[in-house]
Amino acid sequence: MIDWCEKCEEMMQPFLDGTLSVDEVAEAEKHLDGCSWCAKRYRFEERLRHYVRIAVSEPMSPALKEKLAALRTPLN
Amino acid sequence: MSESAPTTSESRRIAEEARARVRFEEEALELSEQVYRVARRLVGSREDAEDLVQQTYERAFRSWRQYTPGTNLRAWLLRILTNLNIDRGRRQQRTPQTSSIDEAGDYFLYNRLEAANPDGNSDSDRVLERLSQDSIVDALTEVPHDFRDVIVLVDIGEFSYADAAQILDIPIGTVMSRLHRGRRILKKNLADKAVPA
Repeated sequence: MIDWCEKCEEMMQPFLDGTLSVDEVAEAEKHLDGCSWCAKRYRFEERLRHYVRIAVSEPMSPALKEKLAALRTPLN
Repeated sequence: MSESAPTTSESRRIAEEARARVRFEEEALELSEQVYRVARRLVGSREDAEDLVQQTYERAFRSWRQYTPGTNLRAWLLRILTNLNIDRGRRQQRTPQTSSIDEAGDYFLYNRLEAANPDGNSDSDRVLERLSQDSIVDALTEVPHDFRDVIVLVDIGEFSYADAAQILDIPIGTVMSRLHRGRRILKKNLADKAVPA
């Protein structure tokens, strides 16, 4: 017997990366529609990725920006 | 005069090349913020990241003719950057033991957060938001290099699998497997920080 929740868990990363086939997406969505347990975990993963991306983003210092601009070839 | 014709075409060629060069440098500089954000998470310190980005731009501006216009300039710059990072003597790391992580599965972090807050419908997002920015950075930093590079390029830099494969000079299948495992390691690290055992 297929454990659909287990299958859904395996499909989560490729699902969120958009690399599943159309049929696989339909299969995952069908399960997610009827399974709030998996749906909650998918939503959480999506937010987690976003949250991590924001948390680890560090802007470049203005000093470095100036240094890089100074590397440009001078215009004659 | 017989000498004026070649001189004119030569000066036109020089002027065209100068314009192409200016265009290249401007385009590359526009991407510097994004290049830095990726660099910052590939190396351990802000100073190293700044040095690396500066060296990358020095090299890129020197070898700008090797760039094919119309291709992904950001990926081209990151390829230079990762090569320089390896040249700087970044050690090759042994593949870490990850079998317990593979067994944990992708729902691991959510399950752990939920188990730590058994009071009914506790919102796991809120538990996550209690994590400080520093602890998230630490959780990422503690992911072994090989896995972290892929996470940084795909999840932070938003590169495609194909671009990440090209930048790191590894097969696309390796990008996918390292990404898969790397994210699990990251989630394990986050779980350890959010819910200390």
